[in-house]
Amino acid sequence: MSHASTSKRRGFPNPIAWIGRSTIGLLSEVGKLTNFAVRIMAAAFSPSWNFAQIWKQVIAIGFYSLPVVGLSAVFIGAALALNVYTGGNRFGAEQFVPNIVALGITRELGATITGLMLAGRVSAGIAAEIGAMKVTEQIDALKTLSANPFRYLYAPRFLAACLTLPILVFVSDIIGIMGGWLVSVFGLDFDSTTYLRNTVDFLTMEDIVVGLIKAVVFGAVIATMGCYQGSKSKAGATGVGRAATLSMVGAAVLVLAANYMMSTLFVNIGI
Amino acid sequence: MTETTSPILQLKNVEKHFGSNRVLRDVNLDVERGSSLVILGGSGSGKSVMLKCALGLMTPTAGQILFDGVDVTHDQGKTREAMRARIGMLFQSGALFDSLTVWQNVAFRLLNAQKMNRSRAKERAIETLKKVRLGASVADLYPAELSGGMQKRVALARAIITEPDLIFFDEPTTGLDPITADAINDLILEQVNALGAATVTITHDMASARKVANEIAMLFEGEIIWRGPASQIYDSGNDYVDQFVHGRADGPIQPAI
Ligand SMILES: Nc1ncnc2c1ncn2[C@@H]1O[C@H](COP(=O)(O)OP(=O)(O)OP(=O)(O)O)[C@@H](O)[C@H]1O
Ligand SMILES: [Mg+2]
Repeated sequence: MSHASTSKRRGFPNPIAWIGRSTIGLLSEVGKLTNFAVRIMAAAFSPSWNFAQIWKQVIAIGFYSLPVVGLSAVFIGAALALNVYTGGNRFGAEQFVPNIVALGITRELGATITGLMLAGRVSAGIAAEIGAMKVTEQIDALKTLSANPFRYLYAPRFLAACLTLPILVFVSDIIGIMGGWLVSVFGLDFDSTTYLRNTVDFLTMEDIVVGLIKAVVFGAVIATMGCYQGSKSKAGATGVGRAATLSMVGAAVLVLAANYMMSTLFVNIGI
Repeated sequence: MTETTSPILQLKNVEKHFGSNRVLRDVNLDVERGSSLVILGGSGSGKSVMLKCALGLMTPTAGQILFDGVDVTHDQGKTREAMRARIGMLFQSGALFDSLTVWQNVAFRLLNAQKMNRSRAKERAIETLKKVRLGASVADLYPAELSGGMQKRVALARAIITEPDLIFFDEPTTGLDPITADAINDLILEQVNALGAATVTITHDMASARKVANEIAMLFEGEIIWRGPASQIYDSGNDYVDQFVHGRADGPIQPAI
């Protein structure tokens, strides 16, 4: 143990050791999150639902997310229409704008954008709220009063998110398509009636259902991540802030990963 | 119910470490039925950690916890739930639910675990609030609208409403004026004398300790270093206890700086 070697080690961590440690850390984190998710689902699907709590969360998660979901959708739809138009222009395919906008929004962007926005608004919000309860010993108090936090706190948030996300995504589909229509009709000289007829004729039930199924999964991911990070929040304002950040980042990445996996699955089974 | 004279709570060789910080090293403590035990100990000596281990909110690193003769150290299921239904806890920080009103906090166990109807539960909550010298007018306020001392009393009301067999009070009189503090002392005594509960009270307030305690124990460096009748606290013959109860800066206990 020479001094030189220890100080060298402090400056440049051994990369192999670092990779090993990170891998183990990641795996153990995945394990804990999975265990947590299983416990939330067990609580959520055991019948003795706390309807008052669920309703409160539906309002908090669903209703108050409408503005942010609507605004994001209209801009995404508008930008999509513009890009498809310019791109299609190169080989004379401008007339496909309504179809591609409708398909892109319902199968991908409506759900993904809603999922991402709610990873910020809802997942971080849940993590901050649960984290604050954790560090002020309210979770301990719940346990001593014979209330299981999985039943009383986490399951209502999980159920509310799984129920409201599809509704929000449906709203986002409509507003997103409207965003594309606005740009096409008022900016790109499309005929309004033709645009709308093309959209309606082209879309199938499956396109919409695919987005809504994704939404349920995103809701589960967002609520689980928020509750998980909140419940292991460290004391203090920085601890709670960190829990909120981690849950937002984690939920966003998982939403995108889940989206890709589900898209693959749906394409493979042909819906 | 064969062993009615056995202690209601026993901690046996309990250790609790946080990484390299060995907070509890070897705690042995019996709490007798219907007795009032006061725990003394410096700030950061592990008093709150000891209560949390007893309640199963933290798992001890080593040792055993027995409630009513049953080992509950690692149990996560029915036994622990049955234990918690018989224990009241006043958290040092109050730990009131800030999304619920005062009466919903106080009546939380009645409303949730016991499924009592709301109007009956509210009546009970208001009765209990009176015992901690709070009027019915605070019942519909939220915890954030109360002063620190009032929050503490609401938390106290929540701990005693179901008349538990064992009650932990983590610094019940900290932050209260002397008159209210004494009313709280009387309330703790009432739990013991009229309702037959056992209480464990953590306090730095020597007046309160002398008034409520049958017995006093002192926690120092992770062990119970002295335990004796409350009447002996000023001539315990133990230098550590002497220094603590007289509040002297010099002595065997060195202030951590
Ligand atoms: N969750 C935790 N994680 C890590 N360390 C902890 C945790 N809780 C308590 N500790 C440590 O345990 C020690 C004892 O804390 P505890 O809260 O029991 O002190 P206390 O005796 O109640 O003090 P006070 O009189 O100030 O309330 C402290 O050093 C604290 O840092
Ligand atoms: Mg303490």
